[in-house]
Parts: sequence; C-alpha cells; structure tokens
Amino acid sequence: MAQVLNSRGPVTGTATRAKKRRPFLLDLYSTAVGKKYVMAITGIGMMGFVLFHMIGNLKMYQGADDLNKYAEFLKKLLYPLAPKEAVLWILRGGLITMLVLHLHAALTLTRLNRHARPVKYQSARDYQVASFASRSMRLSGLVVIAFLVWHLLDLTFGAVNTVGADGEFVRAEVYDNVVRSFDRPVVAVFYIIANVLLGIHLFHGSWSIFQSLGWNNPRFNKWRRAFAGGFATVVVVGNISFPVAVMAGIVG
Amino acid sequence: MSNHLNDITLKIWRQAGPNERGRFETYLIDQISDEASFLEMLDILNERLITEGREPVTFDHDCREGICGTCSLMINGQAHGPQKSTATCQLHMRKFQSGDQIVIEPWRASAFPIIKDLMVNRSAFDRIIEAGGFITAPTGGAPDANLIPIPKPVSDAAMDSAECIGCGACVAACPNGAANLFTAAKISHLNLLPQGQAERYSRVEAMVETMDDYFGSCTNHGECEAACPKSISIDVIALMNKDYRKAKFKNRKTSARAD
Repeated sequence: MAQVLNSRGPVTGTATRAKKRRPFLLDLYSTAVGKKYVMAITGIGMMGFVLFHMIGNLKMYQGADDLNKYAEFLKKLLYPLAPKEAVLWILRGGLITMLVLHLHAALTLTRLNRHARPVKYQSARDYQVASFASRSMRLSGLVVIAFLVWHLLDLTFGAVNTVGADGEFVRAEVYDNVVRSFDRPVVAVFYIIANVLLGIHLFHGSWSIFQSLGWNNPRFNKWRRAFAGGFATVVVVGNISFPVAVMAGIVG
Repeated sequence: MSNHLNDITLKIWRQAGPNERGRFETYLIDQISDEASFLEMLDILNERLITEGREPVTFDHDCREGICGTCSLMINGQAHGPQKSTATCQLHMRKFQSGDQIVIEPWRASAFPIIKDLMVNRSAFDRIIEAGGFITAPTGGAPDANLIPIPKPVSDAAMDSAECIGCGACVAACPNGAANLFTAAKISHLNLLPQGQAERYSRVEAMVETMDDYFGSCTNHGECEAACPKSISIDVIALMNKDYRKAKFKNRKTSARAD
C-alpha cells in the first residue's frame, strides 16, 4: 500500500544537509515563504506610493497652478543637493524594481500552486471564509497593471491623451491633461473600475502583509482587518474623487 | 429518540487505482438513522454493495473519535463536511436532511496521490515531520510534572498547536494546496516550549523547506483554519513565517562559523 512519493536522502532537523551555498537573499527567495516576504515588502513599498500619489493629486482641488507646481516640485526633490530629477529617478527605479519583484514572486508562486493541485476538485467547492478579494488577487492585479500602462500612456507620455488647442501634449500642464483625459466618459469609467479593483487588491494585500511577515500579536490582531479596510478605502475614495470631480465640473 | 432520513443521494468518487481514470457514481440510500455517523452511513452502503457482489467504496478511517486524523473526505465541497471543528468521523447524518444530495470526493493535491476511491496517500506529511517535527534531547524516564516551569499561556498556545491530528484537511481546503497550517502547527507546538528551543531554528528551516518540495504556497485565504477539525488558528502560520525569517539569519551565522 505504501507508495513512495519521492525518493530522497535522510533529512532531519539536526543532520546538516549538504546544501549548495547561495547568496543569502537568493537562498531566502528560493522558498515560498521567502517569496511571500518579498511580496509583502514590495507590497508595502507600493502601498506607500499609491497613498502619496493620491495625497499629492489632491492638489487638484487647489487649482491648476498648485497641481502643476507640485509636479515641478517632484522633479526638484532635494535640489540643489542632488541634480534635478535625480531623486525622482531613484524613486522610480525603486518602484519599477518593486513591481518587477512583486510580479515575479506572484508568477512563480502561482506556478507552484498550480503544480500543487494539478487535478482540480471535480465537484463544486464551498468556500467558507475565502473572500472575493483574496480569490481575485491575480485578476485585480492584472487589471491594475493594465491600468498602470494606460495611465502612463495617458498622462505621462500623452500617447493616448487628447491634445489641447495648440495641438501638442505638454507634460508639465498636468491639470489640463487630467481634465482633458477625464472629459472622456469611457476613460473616466475605466479609471473608476480599475481603482475599485486596486482597492480590492489592497484590501486583501494589506491584511496579508501582516501574516506573511509574521506580524501577529494579540495586542493588534483585531486592528489588522480594520487597517486593511481603512487603507483601501482612503486610497480608492481619494482616487475616484478625481474623475468624478472632473465629470461633475468641480475641477476643470 | 431516533429519526430517519429518507432518499439520500450519494455521488461518490470511484477510482480503481492511482493511475486509473476516476468518475462519480451515484448511490441511493432509501433510509438511514440520523444517529448514524457519516462513516457508518458509508459502512452500511458498503455492506449493501458487498451483498450485491459489487466493489465497496474505499475510504480512510481508524479511531472514529476524532483524534487520529485518518478520516478525510471532501463532503459537498467542504473538507470534513459542513460541521465546524469536526472530523468526518464525528459528523452525523442529523446534519443532513431527507432528499439531500451529498457529493463525496477525495482530498486533491499532487502531494496526496489517490490510492483508491476516497483514500489518499498522505506520507508527504511524514516527510515534513521527519525533517524536524521532534526533539532529539535524551529525556530519560518520564520527568516529574512541572519540573520545567512553563507559563500557562505558553503551554495553552503550544497545546492548541499540538492538537493537530495531521488529517490534511488544511491542504485539501486550501485553494493553493498549501500545507502551511499543518507545518506551522507542528513547528509551533515545539517552538513554543522550552524543550523545543535547542533545535528551534534548524527545525523551522528544515521543515519549511521540506514543505516546499511537495505543497503550494499560502495566500492567506484562511480556508485551512475554517476546515481544520481542531480549529487551529492561522496565527501559527505567522509564527512560522517569523521563525523562518529569524532562522535564515541565525543559521547563516552558525554555518558561516562552522565553515
């Protein structure tokens, strides 16, 4: 009856396995638990980005001048201590790295999970507690990526923005670009849908972080879900207010 | 007072062997006592199948009192069926109603290959235990009670983890086929106690990395906790993750010194 799953040498907690020595971080990243650490840490970094991106954009409500000056200010972070745009590029580099690592971890873990259950359940599962958010992380993540690409093409590169009266996309005119973009209802609706999905992704992600990093303590455990809900709500409500404000004529 | 349930339709996964194609087969139970346990219901079905000269349904069972972890079964899409904190053997037919259809499927995971029908091979769990689910200190005869003082909350927490009966419901219920709850429970029950400290960090590293060889990864759905017949909390997974991180740093220093 006994089936041999995998033939393997003796493995015990005390017998030292002759392991190939790898650089420490690579060694950590080679395991699923290690990958979840990377997932969580890059997640925290990107949570910081979406929060400050939303807060910065609130300048929109103070008028065109304030928003455009804020964009200029970002280019001159720490200037003249550092050259113009230097700090901005360091931040961008960090974000791109975090995004790539987050994606790579997600991809490899998904592959591991598929491999762990090659034959699916043949009858319907009756999930007890898995939320819509937790079960749609891959979908919501992909929509957010698609949105990110569109968002950059729209407001950074101007490739899919409509041009102003002068017939050219001027990147520094942030306020006008935002207003022109959201004057197209389809764009505004896509923006809103993508942000709701971002919120759903954040809701599960920002709770999940605590588990993945082993931050579990009876003192604060009851706040973890509340934090996740609060954080996702603040980001989503802030972000969605922009297209709504443009369409309602409050901004523009 | 005993009542009866009538007209239960069973859809049971039948598979002749590990590499055979399986399929659902339908059986009708005309009448069954609501005091029958779920496994007794299957026993009664099997008696009938044997009398009819047909192949009985193979399923895992042993103590039938919820402490051995041998029984399994995915019942209507839930590991161990609809009753919370209960193994299949402690589930009774009174949880169902006349006319119900009950779908029974084996655990599904690549680490749990089907042996026959509803029986799966869970020896991947043994590989994880072999990697570090023990202490090697010679303990001699039975020590006096309370020889080593252990704070009550610590012994309670360790006991909660030690409740794990290794049934595999966590893996079965996990959408990713991960064994984090099992492994974390086995790690926590030793890592929380003084006796487990000597091998604390070699244990967690060895067990987590052995787990990786067979199972999927945790995405914090919480389905394992809901399916666990012993209601082991996913808090133990966080503890495992924390100890794994610490182990990676500590063991690196130790092995650097040994070189």
